[in-house]
Amino acid sequence: MSTHTITTQKVNFKVFRFNADEDYLPYYDDYTMEVTSEEVVLDILNRIKWDHDGSFSYRRSCRHGICGACAIKVNGRSTLACKESMNKMVELFGSDLVFEPLSIKRAVKDMIIDKKDFWEKHDAIHPYLISDVDEHPEHEHLVTPEEAEELNEADLCIQCGACHYACPVVEINEDFFGPAAFAKAYRFEADVRDDAHTLRLLELHEEKQGVWDCVKCMECAEVCPKDVNPIEKITKLHNMLFREGVATSNVATRHAVGFKHSIAKNGVLDEGGLVLYSEGLGIVKHIPVALRMFVKGKIVPPWGITKSDNLDEIQKLVKSSSTAKF
Amino acid sequence: MKKLKYALFTGCTAKQSTPEQMMSTLAVADKLGIELVELTEASCCGASHLQDYDDFLSLVLNARNIAYAEKHGLTMVTICNTCQLNTAMTKHRLDKDAALKARVNEKLGEVGLEYKGTSMVTHFLYAIIDDFGLDKIKEMVVTPLSQFNIAPFYGCHNIRPSELQNETHKKPESAYRPTSLDDLIIACGGMNVDYEEKNKCCGFHVELQAPRTAAILTGNAIAGAMDNNADWMVTPCPLCHLKLDTQTGHASEAIGREVALPVLHMQQMLGLALGCSAEQLGLKHHLTKVNFI
Repeated sequence: MSTHTITTQKVNFKVFRFNADEDYLPYYDDYTMEVTSEEVVLDILNRIKWDHDGSFSYRRSCRHGICGACAIKVNGRSTLACKESMNKMVELFGSDLVFEPLSIKRAVKDMIIDKKDFWEKHDAIHPYLISDVDEHPEHEHLVTPEEAEELNEADLCIQCGACHYACPVVEINEDFFGPAAFAKAYRFEADVRDDAHTLRLLELHEEKQGVWDCVKCMECAEVCPKDVNPIEKITKLHNMLFREGVATSNVATRHAVGFKHSIAKNGVLDEGGLVLYSEGLGIVKHIPVALRMFVKGKIVPPWGITKSDNLDEIQKLVKSSSTAKF
Repeated sequence: MKKLKYALFTGCTAKQSTPEQMMSTLAVADKLGIELVELTEASCCGASHLQDYDDFLSLVLNARNIAYAEKHGLTMVTICNTCQLNTAMTKHRLDKDAALKARVNEKLGEVGLEYKGTSMVTHFLYAIIDDFGLDKIKEMVVTPLSQFNIAPFYGCHNIRPSELQNETHKKPESAYRPTSLDDLIIACGGMNVDYEEKNKCCGFHVELQAPRTAAILTGNAIAGAMDNNADWMVTPCPLCHLKLDTQTGHASEAIGREVALPVLHMQQMLGLALGCSAEQLGLKHHLTKVNFI
């Protein structure tokens, strides 16, 4: 017989409270509870409501990490409440925990937020299979295991919003689709049955809303409760934009391609050359800072760059291993 | 203790826009008695941008860099978070996927190289903490930084995704409550400043295509450190350093508030504590003046 023992520990909670209909400002309620090693964050939300304050509000439904309703922030970390154990939270943050909604500025009541922007962006990428389906097919549409594997991870998304509201760009740039919408777009772009062709990719290539505005902070990969790994899908979408010929010449695409040119020439990067190649005439706006950097010995002219040793190897590999064209 | 020896992947900025980072790396390694064999054959890691264009090419080039560390039979140390991420990610993917490794090795074979997977890849910060040890650093400190409040700025690509990063660390680092840089500050005798932005993004990677986003993120980071009474900031990443040190004008404009703090590379901070001179550490190469030495 197993000898699994349940342990308990004292945890202090600071819980965000706000009712958009009544309150001018949010406030926090404090609770101290004995928490068992068996409990998840959602159990604590339930106990607050059931044992302390019936007016406390939060979304919940399946309790099994499927519906995506109960994501909140614990000490600033996007957390799917029904999935994360209290033990893990205490391990991560100690015994003083702060419960807040996924996005304070979108709070409607306590943990409940208005996810309008999330759903608008989700809709904007056409999150469904686009295909001229034969209504009377004679054979099933076969998909190989390898082809299915390509979209397996992305297909696991439960639209909980954990990554969307952890993304720093979403907070700054209201046009940005965000990691969840990108992962969803990838899920259909990678589906061999989909015939959307460039419909989605053109949207994803657009400045401000599309993939080029991603800062590559990896927050989305870190917080996703389903291991969708949105940043990896974003990189794959970048690759697709080039592969499908959708990528047009702009600062972002020249920036990506410029690395290859620089590496082929020097092995290492020519930093100044890369900025010039990316920006074109737009380089003028960098001149004031560049001059100050030059004075401080932070700019090396093209002829002063120390090239990689065995540069011929690098050049040969750039030639033989390139898989993309622009 | 056996003398520590690593293969050094300098990355590109250490040789161009952050020369002070190269100088301080060598000065600190000298003080600590760590031998660094520079991988002069290494190419650029692609900085996560080549990856957007041509993922396979970036894998081949990064595998080639690691192959040179393997030739020396040494662990590779990086001194740039983004080099660390791209190199460690390459290693992770090749070690997990034999077919991909074979495809990459087919290319490397054309130039007489092979990626075996025998070398570890770790950032210098973690090499110091894991292999050299902070207790030993404490003993070696000759100029404790005890009068300074120092704000650590971790840089995304050293801490996320934590599952990948922790493959290379002996002591796991939390992406939400990282401690390595705080621990180094304390070992140097300084007071570590806690602030919300310490594990957040500096915006470097969209500097060209989304300058407003980049400037706001930089501004928020410096403002967070200033509001928590930091005297200066410290970072293990030269790309974060470039943003925090050289882009204060744009950052101030973007967030509507004057922000600026001296920002040191972690090697410079350690060097100061170990008694290196301002010249050795290249402190004159900063745009935001290092005004406390």
